[in-house]
Amino acid sequence: MSKRIEVRDLDVYYGKFKAVEGITLNIEPRSVTAFIGPSGCGKSTFIRTLNRMHEVIPGAWVDGEVLIDGSNLYEAGVDPVLVRRQVGMVFQRPNPFPTMSIRENVLAGVKLNNKRLSKSDADDLVERSLKGANLWNEVKDRLEKPGSGISGGQQQRLCIARAIAVQPDVLLMDEPCSALDPISTLAIEDLIEELKTEYTIVIVTHNMQQASRVSDRTAFFNIAGTGQPGKLIEYDDTSTIFSNPSEQSTEDYVSGKFG
Amino acid sequence: MPDTAAPARAKPRLRPGDRVFSGSALAAGTLILAILAGVAAFLIIESVPVVTTDPKDINILDGQPFWSYVAPLVFGTLWSSAIALLMAVPVSIGIALFISHYAPRRLAQGLGYIIDLLAAVPSVVFGLWGGNVLAPAIQPLYSWLTEHLGWIPLFAGPASGTGRTILTASIVLAVMVLPIITALCREVFLQTPVLHEEAALALGATRWEMIRTAVLPFGRPGIISASMLGLGRALGETMAVAMVLSSSGGITLALLTSSNPGTIAANIALRFAEAFGTNINLLIATGLILFAITLVVNMIARWIIGRRREFSGAN
Ligand SMILES: Nc1ncnc2c1ncn2[C@@H]1O[C@H](COP(=O)(O)OP(=O)(O)OP(=O)(O)O)[C@@H](O)[C@H]1O
Ligand SMILES: [Mg+2]
Repeated sequence: MSKRIEVRDLDVYYGKFKAVEGITLNIEPRSVTAFIGPSGCGKSTFIRTLNRMHEVIPGAWVDGEVLIDGSNLYEAGVDPVLVRRQVGMVFQRPNPFPTMSIRENVLAGVKLNNKRLSKSDADDLVERSLKGANLWNEVKDRLEKPGSGISGGQQQRLCIARAIAVQPDVLLMDEPCSALDPISTLAIEDLIEELKTEYTIVIVTHNMQQASRVSDRTAFFNIAGTGQPGKLIEYDDTSTIFSNPSEQSTEDYVSGKFG
Repeated sequence: MPDTAAPARAKPRLRPGDRVFSGSALAAGTLILAILAGVAAFLIIESVPVVTTDPKDINILDGQPFWSYVAPLVFGTLWSSAIALLMAVPVSIGIALFISHYAPRRLAQGLGYIIDLLAAVPSVVFGLWGGNVLAPAIQPLYSWLTEHLGWIPLFAGPASGTGRTILTASIVLAVMVLPIITALCREVFLQTPVLHEEAALALGATRWEMIRTAVLPFGRPGIISASMLGLGRALGETMAVAMVLSSSGGITLALLTSSNPGTIAANIALRFAEAFGTNINLLIATGLILFAITLVVNMIARWIIGRRREFSGAN
């Protein structure tokens, strides 16, 4: 299920503006990788290129390669729709479909992928996904209620359930906890810990404690100044990044001297 | 005396801007209600003589009871509008989606402009076009349909020789309501939160699937409201129908024959000039019925929208 990601010399542009430059890194299967760095350094921009979600933004394009288990996402003829079925994404703001019930939300992706699903298979999948997202006990009695009628933290876990229901290989999370309270944040962190046994997880976060709690590896991005492209400064085991980084700017950032 | 005087609490002060605004909002709201009530009162009062007068004394009725006179008109009004809506809504949604989600920006702007222009064409022009251009042009199709598909009740023959049938009137109505439905749907579709569109795309939706999972459900109340505005216009359309439709018949499902039911609004326009005495009251009474139909249609639309309020995303 989970897969290895290799990024080779990737540049990302918005029109003529180069937002991210020269990223090369490998992400191992069944691991959690955290992206940290100051605002505007291109973390969101970069993470979106791992499932071609940047293409949704008019004018955004990339130069370079992203390989998932050896096959390049950007090869001619690769369908971005299929890429996104393989690499799921959870966003900063919880975004369950307000027009759908909790149950329909969980099934939304599956319904796209393989149209027909028997009632009992669907029930199983809903239960499994919601349990996988640690949400089952809280919502099992109101599966037919609207997806937007639960708390923000629950909505975010619903979004995670929706993403894992399609059984992707990789799960990308762009600041999944930044709109949540501390309790909900802990619930999601626990969840990430469990999910990593099955998925390759990449998470963007502004929260240093979070990065050190949940991730195995950490990538620090930085930007030389406004209008400059963001770059990968250092990529190492999380413990190394937080205790003994090799770059001065990494140390300054993780110790809170700037950013 | 020890200072027991409570600190003067700041009184909520009404600022002049607020006062002017709430005053004018209230006045506008009251005015609308008053106008509506005035119109209703006028219609009801003027309609009373129709009930109290012997049908034989009202020439237009020609001896028949009031209800058998209005029934075909009511049917014609609803039938022609329903067909018009049936044709206009899918096309409008298609154009609106094309503008909001498919077309390149410049093309979308141009198209939007053309649609808005269409909305500004006076209904007399549509009437002239429908009666003098569309009807003769489409007549051969009607003949063909009655010949080959005549076994379907809708296409029962004999075909009208002039092409001025209820279907032609409905097509003209559809063209007339298309711009407003399209413009509103386009606005609604553009309002779809990017968040929800991205949610669908990130699940591996194609563009059409994204539209189906995020855009259309989100826009559903808007689509219904837009359709109802269009329907309102179609129900009340007077000139275009009066100029296109040759009405003589009663209630029938056949769309292509020369015996078509008229519509209330067109009937009033055609008869009013020569009407006198209680005949005028009769026409006003049919107007009252049109008024009631419009109200009921709007109430149904509201009910439909309200039924799934929980799921509207407004919370
Ligand atoms: N849609 C866009 N169009 C043009 N430029 C953009 C767009 N989105 C982001 N950028 C630019 O790309 C650069 C990187 O932005 P990005 O959102 O990736 O930063 P980030 O690291 O995610 O920041 P944050 O931590 O605040 O989320 C910034 O200079 C930003 O202004
Ligand atoms: Mg970001």
